[in-house]
This record gives sequence, structure tokens and C-alpha cells, in this order.
Amino acid sequence: MFAYALRRIVATIPVMAVVALFVFSLLYISPGDPAAVIAGDQATPADVERIRASLGLDRPYLVRFGDWVWQIVHGDLGTSIFTNLPVSTMIAQRIEPTLSLMVITLILAVCIAVPMGVVAAWKQGTWIDRAVMAFAVLGFSVPVFVVGYLLAYVFALELDWLPVQGYTPFARGIGPWFQNLILPAVALGGVYIALIARITRATMLEVLQQDYIRTARAKGVGQRGILFLHALKNAAVPIVTVIGIGVALLIGGAVVTESVFAIPGLGRLTVDAILRRDYPVIQGVILLFSFTYVLVNLVIDLLYTLFDPRIRY
Amino acid sequence: MTGRRRVLGAAGAAALAPFAGARPALAQPAGARVLKMVPQANLTSLDPIWTTANITRNHGYMVYDNLYGMDAGFRPQPQLAEGHVVEEDGKRVVITLRQGPKFHDGEPVRAADAVQSLRRWMRRSPSGQKLAEFVDEVSALDDRRLQFRLKRSFPFLFSALAQVSNSPAFIMPERIAQTDAFQQIRETVGSGPFRFKRDEFNSGSLVVYERNPEYSPTPVGAPSLTAGPKIVHFDRVEWQIITDASTSAAALQAGEIDWYEQPPPEIQALLRRSRALSIEPVDPLPLVGILRPNHLHPPFNDRRMRQALLPAIDQADFMTAIVGTDPGLWESCGVFTPGTPLASDAGLEPLRGPRSIDRAKALMREAGYTNQPMRLVGPTDILAPSAMTQVGADLVRRLGFNADIVLTDWGTTVQRRTSREPIERGGWSMIFTSFASFDFIDPSAHFPLRGNGTNAWPGWPDIPELETLRDEWFLAPTPEEGKRIAERMQRVAMEEVPYIPVGAYKSLTAIRRDLRDRVPGFAIFWNLRRG
Repeated sequence: MFAYALRRIVATIPVMAVVALFVFSLLYISPGDPAAVIAGDQATPADVERIRASLGLDRPYLVRFGDWVWQIVHGDLGTSIFTNLPVSTMIAQRIEPTLSLMVITLILAVCIAVPMGVVAAWKQGTWIDRAVMAFAVLGFSVPVFVVGYLLAYVFALELDWLPVQGYTPFARGIGPWFQNLILPAVALGGVYIALIARITRATMLEVLQQDYIRTARAKGVGQRGILFLHALKNAAVPIVTVIGIGVALLIGGAVVTESVFAIPGLGRLTVDAILRRDYPVIQGVILLFSFTYVLVNLVIDLLYTLFDPRIRY
Repeated sequence: MTGRRRVLGAAGAAALAPFAGARPALAQPAGARVLKMVPQANLTSLDPIWTTANITRNHGYMVYDNLYGMDAGFRPQPQLAEGHVVEEDGKRVVITLRQGPKFHDGEPVRAADAVQSLRRWMRRSPSGQKLAEFVDEVSALDDRRLQFRLKRSFPFLFSALAQVSNSPAFIMPERIAQTDAFQQIRETVGSGPFRFKRDEFNSGSLVVYERNPEYSPTPVGAPSLTAGPKIVHFDRVEWQIITDASTSAAALQAGEIDWYEQPPPEIQALLRRSRALSIEPVDPLPLVGILRPNHLHPPFNDRRMRQALLPAIDQADFMTAIVGTDPGLWESCGVFTPGTPLASDAGLEPLRGPRSIDRAKALMREAGYTNQPMRLVGPTDILAPSAMTQVGADLVRRLGFNADIVLTDWGTTVQRRTSREPIERGGWSMIFTSFASFDFIDPSAHFPLRGNGTNAWPGWPDIPELETLRDEWFLAPTPEEGKRIAERMQRVAMEEVPYIPVGAYKSLTAIRRDLRDRVPGFAIFWNLRRG
């Protein structure tokens, strides 16, 4: 399995190269000029040109792309056009809030959604099943920002239980850190819970029809044992797959959630960078997101072997 | 807290028992010596000479000081300067610095620092560039005296040094000011009332300043715009960058922040319900909205076509789209900011009186308009330009233009408006934007009023008479003469139509009522106190 993991990690290199080429090209052809934004309204065309030249934006596509790739190969993501800070520093400043939000959301979602799906399958056709499915539809249908605003209104403004916005670093204590993340994680987790609950229910329904479940029942295994030891483990592969795919949902949702709750994470960094055409930052962050996603998929693939002994790499 | 909130709060507290110890620090109002504000935009660049972004200008006023400040009556007043001597018919000006001001690194502010800072500033600021045309030499005579050797008397000198915006002549240490004017500085060391906390700076999230205990305020005058003593009453000022308006409003209502600099109109209505908050103009003077036609290409390369637009312009329509229906929040305007010395009604007849689409259409026909295509480009993500663009789009359709309306984001708009190409190659015909009150108080930094052709602000009007008048204004010997020249400029502007003013509107700010003595103008943090 180690050799497989190594092969997969090596295989990420061409994937990342394609992503890099795609991101760079897309930004190159997209409209917008950071030099014009920087120069301001009073700048003469010559001023804008000088700024463009000082930023290296006047060089040909291939030269710029080559320089960027060369930097990356040397572990340098470049420097922000606007803040003059290394992109790696800016990412380092922002990674903890996003990671915290994603981890809390992931834990919250799995802890809620898997039991929900299992129970819905077990109680198929009852009001419990319908309630779970109604919740899932709601989770899919209501946008993250709407849930976010409602939560902030109720729990922060009206009840005054939790802060409206902001982020407290983990180093300043787990309490303040967690309090700032509760509402964003619930808001972001809604769609994720819905997704996992639905797939858990569907897979469990299929597994519960299998002969070995009937056999287990005949042998006198209790309902809890059947559901969580026999059925759930066999239903785990598609559930884990969906959890992995859902990381992309989390990344996308984090952009909105971080804006609504003013969390200084990578999502907001990306949006801010796009709005002002800070190319090095956009490229660096998207590259990081892509790498994360590739890595998550690898972890999911490796997890398959834990749940299904027939899978061998 | 209401009884209901107490009950629910208790239940919530029980649920959150493991974290209860940390709760009070998060939802309490900001501490008495700490001020938390949501600024108008994210602070990205820290160099107020390199960029003209207003947020960077505001950052500049926190950290740096100027030789001269500008008072609310637009009179330059000494700041770092103790005084000056004008000799040789105005061709030699010697400015003496006050004794005492120090940079944040502990070094005294010297004339050499001021000279190098001004040299850099003169390369980027429009006022500085104009000054540079008249300067033979600027040099330090000793540590406290700097000297301007001028080609001829330049009455605008002190106003230029006191420029509030675009870009103010901030004084930096010589070693920092030696940075090329087209490169960003890498250190933030000023002699201003606040120190920038670089270790806490997280662009897009948090900007922190702490009171400069070594600050030496000018003993002259009273706080007024950027002039007078800058006395700081807070140990720490935090700019919390919250991009979402609803979240900013909720944070203000919950007491997590003290000041929300630019709430949009729909949020203002919400915040007005809170008795703890005051919704007030951040600046007693209004911002000015403009319609800019592209003078390089048809249809608006024809003066008659630009003039044809005038009878159709109803400033009320544009302003209502920005500020809502409260007539107290906007006023009609000409080319200079209403309420400032140069504002007048001279030549404004084409913008006054009954508005008529039919009259505009008739003028278009007389000008020979035969359905040539035109393109209106505007943003959807910046409040005022977006609102004006929507009204403008409706207007050009009603006028019967063969119009291509391009709605995009601000970054793209800024880029597209620099294109001088005809519209079939991605160019544009009309844009809308707005300018701060300070930009239009006189011709010095009034970009849309320039007529210098391809060197002008996008739209590129070639109106030599405007340039001649501008040059005359800089040299006007008296304010009265300056005002007469400004009136002539306005008349020329209404005749040649370099742009069309579409109204002036107040920018409102939301601030806790327990904060008092705010200096009007922009987000100014000295003099402001709690209690």
C-alpha cells in the first residue's frame, strides 16, 4: 500500500501541472488589470505602463508562466502584487481559520449525518424517514448564506449566546476558538449533512436487503449490532467517497461562510484576490486547493482498504 | 438583556458549559481604550504615495504626518512645520520644522526626510507634479529648514503640501522615501499619531494601530480636517475588515465593533432603529457622481452628441438610485463640490430647468446620430457607480441609442475604461463613477476636468482651453481671481462637455453614540473619544 500511496503522490505532479497551466492561462486571458487599479484615477497611461512593467505584467505569456513555474519548483509561490507580502505568508496567515472551519464542519456533519441516514434507512417509510429526507432536501435547497444570516440573527443578535463574527486563533484557547466556529460550521454543514445523510440512507437500504443481514438477524444479533456493525461497515465505501467528494463542497462553501461570518480564511483571501486581480495570490491559493483535493482523494482511496478487505493496492 | 434573553441565555450557557469561561470576552462591547471599526475597504497597499486608494490614504493619516494640514475651510495650517518664510517675490520659500517630532523608530524628523519625501511625492501626486514644474530645487538647509527654489511664485504651494487626498504629502524617513515612486515602500515608519502594528497586520482581516506615546502634536489651532492638534484618546485602534454589510451591521448592533464606516442605504435604515447608534455624514461635503463620455470615438467624439445628453440628465434620478428618497442626502451640482469655495452656478443652465428626453432626441438627430453603436460599461459590485450605471442604462435606451450595456465587476470596469480602442475592438462609450469631495474642491486634482487629450483621465477629452484655464488658476494671485477662473472652467465644461455631473450625495457612517468629538471629513481617529 505504501508503494501505491507513493505512486499516487507522484501522479499528482502532472495533475498539478495541468491545474497550474489552466489557472495561469485563465487568469492571463481574463479581463482586469492590477496596474490600473494600483495606479488610481489620476495616473497617466505612462504611469500605468510603468507600474505594469515594475510588476512584470508586460512580459510575454510564456516568460511569465515559465518564471512562475520556476518559482513554484523552488517552493516560492511569489509575492502579492498589492500587499508586497509573500503568498506563502498570506496563506499561512489564513490557513488555520479555514482548516478549523472545515474540520469542525466535517466532524459535525459526519456525527450528525451518518446516524441520521442509518436511522432513516432503518425506519424506512415512517415519519422519521420522511423527516430526515425533508431535512436533507432543506439542507440542499437553502443557500449557505441564508442559513448563516438566520443563525447569526437568532443566536448572536437575539439570544446573545455567540459572537456574530470573527475568529479567535486556537492558541488563545479552545473555548473562544470553538465559540467563533459553531455558527459558521452549522451553516456550512447543512448541505454536507444533507448529502451524507441521503447517501447513507440509500446505501444502508441496499445493504439491509442483503442475505448476510438476514442471516445476522436469524442468528439473533441485535438491531444496533446489525445497523452499526454489519450494515454500516459494508455501506461505508460509498459514504466515505461522498465525504471525500464533499470536501470540494466545503471549500466552495467556505468562501461564502467566511464572508458571512468574517472569518479570515483562505476563502476570503481568494475572493479578495480575484476582485483586485492579485494574480500570484489567486494562483497560489487555487494551487493549494487543488493539491488538497487531490490529497483528500488519495486518503479516501486508502481508507477503502480499511472498510473493504477485498480492496488491495 | 430582556427576561426572555436571560432565560434562553441561561439555557445556552448550560449547553456551552465547557466553554463558558471564554464567553464574556467575545460579546462584550469594545473596551474603553480600544476602538474597533469596519473600514470602507480592505487595506492592501501600505504605501499612500504608490496607490491612491482612499483606504490607504486613511492609513497614511494614522501613521504619517504632513508639513501642513488642511482645515475644514481648505486653508493650509502648519503641522510638522513651525512656519515659513517667502522671499524673492515668492521664488524662495523656506519652511522650518517644529522641534520635537520623532519617527516611530525614535529618530527625529529632519528636513532631509521631508525633502526626500516631497521628491517622491512630486513624482506621483497631480498637485506634486504641478509643483514640480515650478521647482528648480528643493533642498535641506539644515536639520530643521528646507528650501524651495522656484522658477516663479507658485501661490498653490502650501495648498499642494496640505493636499488631503490624491496623494497627501506624507513625510517618511529619508531612507524609506528613497524608494522609487513606482515601487511600494517596505517599511511603515511615520511620525504620525498612531504606530502601525505590522506583526498583527492580516490584509483582508485585521489592521491594528497603537497610540504613539511620543507623538508631538502641533500647538497651533483646533482639530479641523487634517489640521490642528491630533490628540489620541485610544490606546489601540483595530480596523476589522468585514466585507459583508449584514455581518458588519450585526457586529455593530451586538457591540462587537464601534464604528461602521460606510453602511449601504438598506443597512442604514436598519441601523437607524438602534438608539445606541448615530447615522451621520462622515463628511459634511458630498461626493460627486459623473457621467464620462469617451471623446475618442463615435458617437461622443462629436461635441453636439455630448451636448445632446444634457437635457435628458435628471440629477434626482441618479441620486435617488444611490441614497434613496431622502432629499436631504443629495444636492445638485456643477463641476466643483457643492459647499466649497469654487462651487457656483455659472454656466449650469443646461443642467437646470425642465428635463426632456424629447429635446435630447431632437438634438441627437440634429447632431446626425444614425444609430451608431455605443457601449456603456459599469460595475455591479460598487454601490454608487453601480446605481448610476443602472439609471444611465435606462436613459440611453430611452434616448434610442443602439446601446450595448456591459455590467461587470469593478476590477474589470477599471481595466476596460483604460482601453482607447473603438467599441468594435473592446472599447467603451460611456461610464459612470463618483469622486470624493476633496477631489473636486479645485482644479488641482480634478481629473475629469482635464482637457489634456491622451494624457487625460479615461475619456481623453482634448480641450486646450480647460488646460489653459487650469494653468492660470494655479497662478491666480488672489482667491477671487481663482474663483473667476473656476467659473470660466465650469462654463467651458458645460459647452465642451468633458463629463456631466449627475449629482452630489452624502456618504453616511454608523457610529456608536458614546463616541464623541469625531473630526468630520473621513475616518479620522484623533480627537475622537468615548464617553
